[in-house]
Amino acid sequence: MAAVSMTVNGKAVTGDVEPRTLLVQFLRENLRLTGTHVGCDTSQCGACIIHLDGIAAKACTTLALQCEGSSITTIEGLAEPGGALHPMQEAFREHHGLQCGYCTPGMIMSALDIVRRNGNDLDEHLIRDQLDGNICRCTGYHNIVKAIESGAKNMAAK
Amino acid sequence: MYNFTFHRPTTVRQAAGLLARNPDGKLLAGGHSLLPVMKQRLAQPSAIVDLSLVEGITGVELKGRSVSIGAMTRHADVANSPVLKEVMPGLAAVPGSIGDPQVRNRGTIGGSIANNDPNADYPAACLGLGATIITNKRRIAADDFFQGMFTTALEEGEIIVRISFPVAKKAAYEKFKHPASGFALVGVFVSKRGPDIRVAVTGAGANGVFRVPTFEEALKKRFAAKSIEGLTIPASGMNADIHASPEYRAHLVGVLAKRALNKANA
Repeated sequence: MAAVSMTVNGKAVTGDVEPRTLLVQFLRENLRLTGTHVGCDTSQCGACIIHLDGIAAKACTTLALQCEGSSITTIEGLAEPGGALHPMQEAFREHHGLQCGYCTPGMIMSALDIVRRNGNDLDEHLIRDQLDGNICRCTGYHNIVKAIESGAKNMAAK
Repeated sequence: MYNFTFHRPTTVRQAAGLLARNPDGKLLAGGHSLLPVMKQRLAQPSAIVDLSLVEGITGVELKGRSVSIGAMTRHADVANSPVLKEVMPGLAAVPGSIGDPQVRNRGTIGGSIANNDPNADYPAACLGLGATIITNKRRIAADDFFQGMFTTALEEGEIIVRISFPVAKKAAYEKFKHPASGFALVGVFVSKRGPDIRVAVTGAGANGVFRVPTFEEALKKRFAAKSIEGLTIPASGMNADIHASPEYRAHLVGVLAKRALNKANA
């Protein structure tokens, strides 16, 4: 076992893990932050996307020990402490950008990375292209794309 | 995955020392090829030497008439490098086509080249530009480096530090992207630097990346798609799998080479 420490959603956390522990396992099983999902476990589906030092990464393809000293943001870190949703979460609710919800945390973390890289004025083509690493098996993406376009605009207004 | 010991050196020298003490150890760069293979238990390293804290092996720099890229530079950082986009956009486009945005945020050039996946994009760029792979021990020409699928000239304990690409006036990459994996079903990199003309192909060959001497010869007269009109390459030696037959891959080499030439001349 090895000691690991990092900042998750603004809080310092530590844990004792096997070197083979994936970041997504550490988040879900040690920290009980189960919003980050494991869909495919082969880096394809994006249900496990988190922000590692501000940049979107797949937590199923990252070892917990690789994140020693890093700052992680998960879906649980987005809403305000009082419970008000982040504008991107709110946009997914407003536009019904989900059905079963399994892919949604990854979609939202990915959407925020799209905004980080491309700004708040996004067109449909760019959003669809940039969602390459996220798979949804329910919705056909239409409302997800609408939600991201609107959420990005609302983030700028906020 | 099987368990292993985990190490985080901060210098190339320390990393080399750790590899020497752990003969079954493996270097971990971005981890987006190695970790999936370990999950499938196709690789069982006794030790993982994580290179992410090693100093001095990231970044894109223009050094005279070459672009030097640190081995641990992430695909997204190469794709977005202002200096590279200015001097050789054809090379910057290569990492921009790898995988998906999250893979590009983590994957590295050194990891991709050391792995030498037969469908990876960077080997075509290295061979198609005549790059030099600089390790902790020596400098290796791309022509000598890639030695068949998942096989390179790297020796035990040898660590890629930087890759140096000569700046070519004309350079472009075209790939037929596998819609699910994002890998190149076939990818062709073309370049012209003075009299040196190169056409390098990834994804198609049963034995990894290769050059096409017949195309290169034909392009000496004029570096344009027209020069290779009607030329074909034989299907023997092409890869065959559920995605494409050898004949189809051989056909794509010609199609993509022409597209790449048009792009390089645009």
